[in-house]
Amino acid sequence: MTDIDITQDARPALTAKDFASDQEPKWCPGCGDHAVLQQLKNVMPDLGMPPEEIVFISGIGCSSRLPYYMATYGVHGIHGRALPMASGLKTARPELSVWVATGDGDALSIGGNHFIHTLRRNLDLNVVLFNNEIYGLTKGQYSPTTKLGLRTVTSPNGVIDHPFNTAALTLGSGGTFFARAMDRDGKYLRSVLHRAAQHKGTSLVEIYQNCPIFNNSAFEAFAGQENKDERTLYVEQDMPLVFGKFRQKGIRLDGSTPVVVDLSKGDISENDLWIHNERDIFKANLLARFFDDPLTVENFLPRPFGVFYVEDRMAYEDALTAQIELAQKSGEGTLEELLKGDSAYNIK
Amino acid sequence: MGVYRRFHFFVKQTIFFVMSEPISSTSKHTVTQKSSVSVLFAGDSGDGMQLTGTQFANTVAVYGADLNTFPNFPSEIRAPAGTISGVSGFQLQFGSKPVYTPGARFDVMVAMNAAALKANLKDLHRGGIIIACVEGFDEKNLKLSGYPEGANPLEDETLSNYIVFQIPVLQLTREALRESGLSTKEIDRCKNMFVLGVLYWLYSLPIDVTTEMLNTKFGKNSTIAEANIKAIKAGYFFGDETEMFANLGRFDISPAKQHGTYRRVTGNEACAIGLTAAAMKAGLKLFLGSYPITPATEILQTLAKFKKFGVKTFQAEDEIAGVITSIGAAYGGALAATNTSGPGLALKTEALGLAVILELPLVVINVQRGGPSTGLPTKPEQSDLMMAMYGRHGDAPMPIVSASSPVDCFYATYEAARIAVEHMTPVMCLTDGYLALSSEPWKVETGENLPEIKTGIMPERQADEPPFLPYKRDERHVRPWAIPGTKGLEHRIGGLEKQHETGNVSHDPDNHELMTRLRAEKIEKIAESIPLQKIDNGPEKGEVLVLGWGSSYGAIKTAVENALGQGLSVSHAHLRYLNPFPKNLGELMANFKKVLIPENNNGQLVHLIRDKYLFAPVSFTKVKGLPFNEMEILEKITDIIKEL
Ligand SMILES: Cc1ncc(C[n+]2csc(CCOP(=O)(O)OP(=O)(O)O)c2C)c(N)n1
Ligand code: SF4
Ligand SMILES: [Mg+2]
Repeated sequence: MTDIDITQDARPALTAKDFASDQEPKWCPGCGDHAVLQQLKNVMPDLGMPPEEIVFISGIGCSSRLPYYMATYGVHGIHGRALPMASGLKTARPELSVWVATGDGDALSIGGNHFIHTLRRNLDLNVVLFNNEIYGLTKGQYSPTTKLGLRTVTSPNGVIDHPFNTAALTLGSGGTFFARAMDRDGKYLRSVLHRAAQHKGTSLVEIYQNCPIFNNSAFEAFAGQENKDERTLYVEQDMPLVFGKFRQKGIRLDGSTPVVVDLSKGDISENDLWIHNERDIFKANLLARFFDDPLTVENFLPRPFGVFYVEDRMAYEDALTAQIELAQKSGEGTLEELLKGDSAYNIK
Repeated sequence: MGVYRRFHFFVKQTIFFVMSEPISSTSKHTVTQKSSVSVLFAGDSGDGMQLTGTQFANTVAVYGADLNTFPNFPSEIRAPAGTISGVSGFQLQFGSKPVYTPGARFDVMVAMNAAALKANLKDLHRGGIIIACVEGFDEKNLKLSGYPEGANPLEDETLSNYIVFQIPVLQLTREALRESGLSTKEIDRCKNMFVLGVLYWLYSLPIDVTTEMLNTKFGKNSTIAEANIKAIKAGYFFGDETEMFANLGRFDISPAKQHGTYRRVTGNEACAIGLTAAAMKAGLKLFLGSYPITPATEILQTLAKFKKFGVKTFQAEDEIAGVITSIGAAYGGALAATNTSGPGLALKTEALGLAVILELPLVVINVQRGGPSTGLPTKPEQSDLMMAMYGRHGDAPMPIVSASSPVDCFYATYEAARIAVEHMTPVMCLTDGYLALSSEPWKVETGENLPEIKTGIMPERQADEPPFLPYKRDERHVRPWAIPGTKGLEHRIGGLEKQHETGNVSHDPDNHELMTRLRAEKIEKIAESIPLQKIDNGPEKGEVLVLGWGSSYGAIKTAVENALGQGLSVSHAHLRYLNPFPKNLGELMANFKKVLIPENNNGQLVHLIRDKYLFAPVSFTKVKGLPFNEMEILEKITDIIKEL
């Protein structure tokens, strides 16, 4: 989304309800998709745009059903192609607010090529990646984010494909915005989505979304109530990286190596810690590498959430518009000019 | 000879331009009038043959002759110099009467080296003229081109059936440019201009189109421009002075074209212009999502330069993204198009099914090349007709139009866009590698002349109006185009089957059957709005109808003209619309004893015709990566008539 622009429309202020379509969501009860849908509806009024100027584009998967439930414009496309569909729309119509709902299979497997290229192009899109580490719609096959060793219907002996690290992939592709949130963190998710909407460029929000049917508790190791405080890290701009139930732990940079330090002893204070700076690509790259599985790694680093990285870079569609405006400096070409071309000759 | 005609008067190395005077009065040579001639410029890829041919073509065009050109270059960008695979050719036919092909065979061949001669000799008319650059036949070149040790076609009997002019082009160019201040390497690069000068002299053509181009390109009075111009003049002067051409004399071809403003376009350029014109006429913005592929790329390249006309091009990461970005743009209300060739079309098939079910306008230009797989990337073929017709999963009908000449690529593309927008459907526009790169003069079209294109874009809906139904169809089964930004029309569509009228997801069996039928009928109903099939040439009734489609137009046209001249009962009809067929096609064919279908494929249109009209046309196929020539078709017509 671009600048927050309240239209001259004299319509009453919109609420989340105004963005609910007449279709009942068909997701399983308890599916994380419900919660994400709710937060998307909540964040819509913040855009200050009327529903007709908002479009939701998706691919195929459980999560890709989302456009049907939004009272905006929407296209439920084909598997893996949500990003190019959104890119074409945004290029043709830069003034629209274009959102993408995509799954880990949709975005990172069949659509993997589009994923990296969309990120480097940096169109002003808001991409919501529902990562449930599984193929939900096709009933439980492993995806490119499924953890090693997981037994699924297509990996009865355990997954041997090394999983993608979405954050690292996004940054490596030249993405200008990466944030991570969890389906169950309602308010926090909403604030992250709000930040994504404000970013001018492709905002990639990875949402850890639970699929209770085919990959229940995929994120439980660090997101479950009993583990969450000690195994997750919520980053905030200009603040030290502190976590733990009593904010007793921090991350300090030892050269370029992040280490967990104990703040309770008193010899290390918050001033010694890594201060989060979402404008720092080097730090963002390190943060992206906080990807340990607490169940298999000793001295694991906590899993970060929040906005990792933001970069101001001209959006693709704006660069294109600028080129067109330059070409039209002395007026738009007419149909007759087009038909005549610049190498016409007369036969007298 | 046209009044417009300039001629050149030489006194030693100086040229005077004298307007409107007959050229014959200045020359000691005889001038023979010709109605048409086909010339091939052939040399190594490094010899600048494309530029030479293009310049000759531009001159001939401005002079007012009709013409048709075809470049033939190696598929490797840097093929080994001097070898057969490195030969680059530019063929053109020009004449004082309409010219439909670059010529089945050429009358004149410029051979800059031995490989060029060897690769092309078989297509030179017996008795044809060879202008050979002697230095290109040295030991090294002879060896590289595969002539046996000690053999030299310029010295043995190989060329005894032809008129051969051996010119030491390199030596003469070096002499002419000795004082140009250029390095030997740079001087040697001007040798093609020397040859061009000889050809201009031989065909009594003015040199100023090329000198103007050189001055514009390199800057007036620049060393490079001056040297090139000097080389042309040297060639021209050589023609006039040498005794070599004393017996042959010069040729003249009177202008064919009527007065007016013309431009020369290739098929690919014409497609780009056609798309843009359609968008402007419809009041839409053009969006092209594309991925480079031979021989379709120039459409993207041309459109990328059309920013002045508000055109947006998107070079995608692959053909899938190429078509999908276009579908996104179409949803957003653009005139959306994608262009590709065989392998790319294969990648787009899933998305085309989506476009069919979304019922959004989309133009797909497929510039056919030899297949399957990478096949013959630089060679034309007409073998994607079945793919265009049936190449999608599910019942997913799509209209197909095809172009029959470089200029016709404009009209075919424009028509594809009109059908797409007015009938809310993806449309396949088939051209091929031959049309894509060939060029011919085009009398500049006016916007007024072009058919209107009416969009079905829906206006805003007020809250008290009945709910918007995105799949409510009109009498042609066409649904409305509701574009984002329009208040009150918010709707969600997708690849899942939709309920009739509401467009909501529906798995109802009867609804699916209904929607499948409606989508098919929608395409069939297009036959109501397209023109009836016409006979292009020949009587309405007779013995043989040659039914063609695509780039074989010129060859069939010329063959049928010849056959009619011989008193044979033959007619020619050429299909623009391949799906749906024009309503009267069945009746039209029934007026002939035999229907002959020549195709550059293994017999694909024959299948469609047999399937629909339940009779057996005569199939005539050529799958060599080469277009038909008129002689092959004429022979076939004669054979069929003999058998009747
Ligand atoms: C071309 C194609 N291949 C395969 C499928 C089958 N398919 C549909 S959704 C899907 C995976 C969905 O996984 P994900 O994107 O993670 O979405 P989720 O259901 O988990 O939300 C697959 C393999 C398809 N629809 N189209
Ligand atoms: S299968 Fe999983 S992801 Fe799909 S709707 Fe059910 S719970 Fe959600
Ligand atoms: Mg998934």
